[in-house]
Amino acid sequence: MMHDPENRRPPAHVGWRWAVIGLAVVGSAAVFGYVGGWLAPGRLSPHTLINALQAGGGDHPGYRRNHAKGVCVAGYFDSNGALAGDSSAGLFGTGRTPVVGRLALPGGNPYAPDSSVPIRSFALQFNLADGEQWRTGMNSMPVFPVATPQAFYEQQLATQPDPATGKPDPAKAKAFFGAHPETAAFLSWVKKAKPPASYVTETYESLNAFYLTSAAGKRQAVRWKVVPETAASGETAPSASDPDYLAADLVKRLASGPVRWHLVMTFADAGDPVDDATKAWPDGRRTVDAGTLVIESTQPQANGPCRDINYDPTILPKGMEISGDPLIVARSAAYAESYLRRTREEGHLPGAERPKEDQR
Amino acid sequence: MNRPDTFRPFARLLHWVMAVLVLSMLFIGAGMVSTVAEKHASLVAIHRPLGMTIFILALIRLVYRLRHPAPPLPADLPEFQKLAAHASHWLLYALMIGMPLIGWGMLSAGNYPVTMFPGFHLPQILPSDPGLFAWLREAHRYLAWLFFLTFLAHMGAALMHGLIRRDGVLQSMTGGKAPR
Repeated sequence: MMHDPENRRPPAHVGWRWAVIGLAVVGSAAVFGYVGGWLAPGRLSPHTLINALQAGGGDHPGYRRNHAKGVCVAGYFDSNGALAGDSSAGLFGTGRTPVVGRLALPGGNPYAPDSSVPIRSFALQFNLADGEQWRTGMNSMPVFPVATPQAFYEQQLATQPDPATGKPDPAKAKAFFGAHPETAAFLSWVKKAKPPASYVTETYESLNAFYLTSAAGKRQAVRWKVVPETAASGETAPSASDPDYLAADLVKRLASGPVRWHLVMTFADAGDPVDDATKAWPDGRRTVDAGTLVIESTQPQANGPCRDINYDPTILPKGMEISGDPLIVARSAAYAESYLRRTREEGHLPGAERPKEDQR
Repeated sequence: MNRPDTFRPFARLLHWVMAVLVLSMLFIGAGMVSTVAEKHASLVAIHRPLGMTIFILALIRLVYRLRHPAPPLPADLPEFQKLAAHASHWLLYALMIGMPLIGWGMLSAGNYPVTMFPGFHLPQILPSDPGLFAWLREAHRYLAWLFFLTFLAHMGAALMHGLIRRDGVLQSMTGGKAPR
């Protein structure tokens, strides 16, 4: 049994002994505080990044903090098997994979007029037969403005509305873009870009590079895009009389049948930048048309199947991997924070703002 | 080899292996949600299978503990300290089993695949539900803080037993010889 307390010697240097104990406890707490970021205020956290997006888009409880305005779509991907040798992912064999998607506008304002930005986005979740998933979020632009999460954060700060005037400060934006020459390719594109009249005539690009891995273990860097079968009619955005023309156009087109895109995979050549989304790959790269994405229906996002999906680009099936592009992981971390904020609001957690629909 | 004043060797092995795993887990969890840097992805990829490993080991440990009770605490230990010792031990068991289940349930309710490693995932244990996801996600956060605070108290108390009281309680888990 335990020792007789009467026989126990009183320890020497009791003060030092308590100091050792105190140091162990306080030291452990300090390391935890540093790792958790509370003692590292300079670290770019998902919280800080989403706060910046929220400051730009405004407070809209229940909505995504970016790409807030959008609609759900559903359909399937018919793979032709052309990628089966390059990726062991189940969906690239021949066959059909169900898809739940979302077409949206960039920005945090769910009431933004469709003509306010020339960019549209397309998010997809492929539900593979074995329960695996592939989630991707694509944008209708050729390159991303910045290469790193830090630059993205600074871009948000430089372009968000000034609390005093309610408008972005042009001097700040100018200073940011001047200090970030990597934004040049995006800026020269966006200057000429016009808001398209339809979601279905756009090409949507992954922008970030990923890896495909084959069953034999071969790993190749790729970017992908979905290319529409429907040609643009040449018309640009209708008049400002209908700020929600994109959703209406989609309903109208789907009433007369499904709309289609081709999933095109582009393979990097040696030396092409894999970790920099501001740099397009030159023409002439090997491309593979992997099959047809068929969208059959659309639903409002308030109760559609895409509402509760976080289109986290790191959710990949076996046979696909993330690359060293730092934006991919930052998107994953930030989307998780956005997802938590809007589900807290959706679920009426204490302290969370109520979605507006509930206040009517 | 089974001294009545120490935990059995298998219990001690489980304790020290799990101490390393649980502490790693707490630090990985706190670190991964604090950053948008690339380590976020690798930390998340470790967090899930490590959590399931802890869950399975905790179940084995619970069964073993119920079959082989802990050595008694010193008779002269004040009642409130005995109560605190027992309460914190069972709290640690509850957290070792509860936290992985909450994490698993949270991913299920949030529509996330519960990926252990590429190509292998666990089934969903809860239906898709955004409110339920948010509740579990917040519970996961606050219980992790409670877990870490309980660890600090546990470590502090163990050192107090070993350095100040020198009553053999620390040695019951290190397997060392109690001071005379």
